Amino acid sequence: MIKEHLPVLQVIIPLIAAPVCMLAYRPKLAWLIATAVSWTAFIIASILLITVRETGTLSYALGGWAAPWGIEYRVDTISAFVLLIVAGISAVTILFARKSVEREIEPDRIYLFYTAWVLCLTGLLGIAITGDVFNLFVFLEISSLSTYALIAFGSDRRALIAAYRYLVMGTIGATFIVIGIGFLYAMTGTLNMLDLAERLPSVSNTRTIAVAFAFMTVGISLKVALFPLHAWLPNAYTYAPSAVSALLAGTASKVGVYILLRFLFTVFGGGFAFDTMVLNGILLVLALLAILSGPLIAVFQTNLKRMLAYSSVAQIGYTVLGVSLASITGLTASIVHLFNHALIKTVLFMALGAVFYRIGSVSITEINGLGRRMPWTMAAFVAGGLSLIGVPMTAGFISKWYLISASLEKGLWPVVVVIIIASLLAVVYVWRVVEAAYFQPAAEKSSTGVTDTVIKGREEAPLGMLIPIWALVAANIYFGLDASLTTGVARQAAETLLGGLSLTVWGG
Amino acid sequence: MNLFSLSLLLPLILPLAGAVLIALTGGYPNLREAMTLTTASALFLVVVFIYPEIAAGGRPEMLLVETIPGMPLALSVEPLGMLFALVASFLWIVTSLYAIGYMRAHHEENQTRFYVCFAIAIASVMGIAFAANMFTLFVFYEVLTLSTYPLVTHAGTEAAKRAGRVYLGLLLGTSFAFQLVAILWTWTLAGTLDFEPGGILRDHVSQGIISHGAIGVLFALYIFGIGKAALMPFHRWLPAAMVAPTPVSALLHAVAVVKAGVFTVLKVSVYLFGTDLLTETGISQWIMYMAAATILIGSLVAITRDNLKARLAYSTVSQLSYIVLGAMLANAAGIIGAGMHIVMHAFGKITLFFCAGAFMVAAHKTEVSQLRGIGRTMPVTTLAFLIGALCVIGLPPFGGMWSKWYLALGAVEAGQLVFVGVLMVSTLLNIAYLLPIPIQGFFAAPSEAGTGNQSGKDGNDGGWRANIKEAPAFCVAALSITALGCFGLFLFPEPIYRLIAQIV
Repeated sequence: MIKEHLPVLQVIIPLIAAPVCMLAYRPKLAWLIATAVSWTAFIIASILLITVRETGTLSYALGGWAAPWGIEYRVDTISAFVLLIVAGISAVTILFARKSVEREIEPDRIYLFYTAWVLCLTGLLGIAITGDVFNLFVFLEISSLSTYALIAFGSDRRALIAAYRYLVMGTIGATFIVIGIGFLYAMTGTLNMLDLAERLPSVSNTRTIAVAFAFMTVGISLKVALFPLHAWLPNAYTYAPSAVSALLAGTASKVGVYILLRFLFTVFGGGFAFDTMVLNGILLVLALLAILSGPLIAVFQTNLKRMLAYSSVAQIGYTVLGVSLASITGLTASIVHLFNHALIKTVLFMALGAVFYRIGSVSITEINGLGRRMPWTMAAFVAGGLSLIGVPMTAGFISKWYLISASLEKGLWPVVVVIIIASLLAVVYVWRVVEAAYFQPAAEKSSTGVTDTVIKGREEAPLGMLIPIWALVAANIYFGLDASLTTGVARQAAETLLGGLSLTVWGG
Repeated sequence: MNLFSLSLLLPLILPLAGAVLIALTGGYPNLREAMTLTTASALFLVVVFIYPEIAAGGRPEMLLVETIPGMPLALSVEPLGMLFALVASFLWIVTSLYAIGYMRAHHEENQTRFYVCFAIAIASVMGIAFAANMFTLFVFYEVLTLSTYPLVTHAGTEAAKRAGRVYLGLLLGTSFAFQLVAILWTWTLAGTLDFEPGGILRDHVSQGIISHGAIGVLFALYIFGIGKAALMPFHRWLPAAMVAPTPVSALLHAVAVVKAGVFTVLKVSVYLFGTDLLTETGISQWIMYMAAATILIGSLVAITRDNLKARLAYSTVSQLSYIVLGAMLANAAGIIGAGMHIVMHAFGKITLFFCAGAFMVAAHKTEVSQLRGIGRTMPVTTLAFLIGALCVIGLPPFGGMWSKWYLALGAVEAGQLVFVGVLMVSTLLNIAYLLPIPIQGFFAAPSEAGTGNQSGKDGNDGGWRANIKEAPAFCVAALSITALGCFGLFLFPEPIYRLIAQIV
């Protein structure tokens, strides 16, 4: 039955589609293939999530080689949830990408762009689904390399430097991770996550394992862009093509956090990570620094994409904060925030992409009066901004609610204060945009030199952009009103990570 | 859930549907205003339809959606909410009438946006009034803040933008920094946020789960987190909001928004903490002093303000703390006085704002010092102003008398004689800053030459030309209705009394 093979199809379809995309050559055809792949992946991810929720964890032996020896694909609740986030965000942003890419990338390179996109999708999905640490590293490299390429597609020449910097930092991170994996393999002789989890306790008091743990944590933190290892992120998000910023903001950092969760809780075990290595204290402090520094810098940015990038630094902090609390509520908060923040940031970056499409800039000085010229786009930006702040009835509120609950449970009042201050700073930087767009009169001359008639009339973004943007706005509101699905899945995932496994074996 | 419970949804849906209709008919001003009036009337009828059930002791409930397990968005009607909804929905009709005259005579722009935001704000007021738990209330509280922001900044000027910053900064700031934390703390403590008679925290205190000191902090977080109650030092947003068009100041910043604030204070005091807990632990004592200080300082500042709307705004700041004080007294007379004052002050203050707007539209006068002799050219408006002023001061034969009566009674019963003194001093201050305006309007000579026309209400809504003195007919009608309401409430306060008496 095909349903049994869904775990492998989740990865193999985009992998095969990548070269096909390249062979297609024609921009529109390449886009069609990428779109079809993204939506197929989305459907598969949805089915997987439903199945996992009904029947428990799925295990798929690649090529029929049983687990500790062959590569195992393992879908538990959190895997399925991250798969859904990645595939879902890709499916929505690819719709948005068509117009945006036409505007920002030369026609004869567009097919390469979509090839890189599909490869990136492959890598991200692979990371989330695999149960083998080395396989995870391979997918991490696939996604990273294609991401460097995607960023370098940016129309600004600085995109090349941004991509190069990310390449250097990302490679250091990946190298650290592979060194860690090497040490683990040396000590246990296995690469399968569950097998590792079984064998590690007997050697966990050795210095090698401690060093492996340190290498991996730093390496993953680099990929996650956890403060203070976030230096690559602002430029990468700022100069990447709009669609890529939207895709990365919604997926890449989420998958990074997933890797962190996987290694901390499944491979090493929460007890080792937090009691022996006291990582939670370190993560807590770094998360708080990220939460405070992100918005403090964001407030002063004139380039709005860069502003959102610094906001992302803070949001990663929120996610890691939940992890560092090491409780069910804390982990639930983190996992819910993975989902909610993907919705929020993608909508914001897409709205900016639509702005760039029309006026060729995302500088705060250029968006004066845009509330009148692009009412739907700016309304979507405001909605996304409110969700980012965490106003009730938006998805962002649910995240904040769980985070503060989790902090209160632990009696960590200072953390609550930090979250509140950061939220209020978010009001400041979101409202700078609102005031510019709605209160400043439109500029005298637009970039095309056409006055009055153009400026007074509406220059709304094309429908192909507005539909995906507003679909996500609707999702932001829906998951703010009825969060039973997201919080239910997140809690189940958190419980699985913190212990209590159930396994259904599906053979390949 | 029966069919009747479903009717609880209507107060939310009607204004929202109205907002959509208003947006769709934006190109046809007459049709658009008809939509507003129809929606407002329909809303009022629906609220009136719910009333008998509540008066008979029913507490209909309605679950909207289970947002997080155990924390639903849900509606439930109880007497205080009923009262608030009745006042807000009735005054929405009157304000809509007034707005038609005002907005057109004042040549305001973006009128469609104005009416749409207004309708959304009313929907969120209904949500606040009928909230079944603190979470639902908080959600609609924030929606109200955000939906009124475009109304405050309606003019789009630099001044409006600055006022908008103060408005959002204080209202969002306090609600996030204090109220949300208080709500989450309550949730962690009690595992529920439902409004229940007698409160949900009493057992936790008696069992020693939370100390008296901590529950006092929690209570303070709530009271100061409800920025809309304008308790000092978080009152600055209210004078700032006066840059808005007058109908907004009238309905939202004399009635809906500020009353949502004090209403929330009442709900928290009565249904989360419970009056017994407040009196047993005495945690409300020092908030009474804060409220008393706000009453006096607000009045004193009002005296110094020459701008009429600013003066009225500070008067509101002061009057709101009457209600907070009543809630903190936490005895039957105090709660009844507080609840009644929501209604009485609403009618009195909205009349005053209507008059202020009428002075502005018809005579272009915004400062108190310009209003000498205005009664000769705008007799109806000035008379209405006098009535509104007397109602706010609390003199018979106007409704304001009853609420002050019960508030003073509550203070006496609680043995807090100092607050009786505060109420009396404040009354004198009210007289000092309100009464000179109509008196000088009627008896002083006009400050400028050439305005000696003796004609009374003209009925002509031309408004701009100097020879026509009264405000547009829509405006005059609206302020007459509310002025009559002040009188009517003096004669028939009983339904209000009986409604609130159910909960004490």
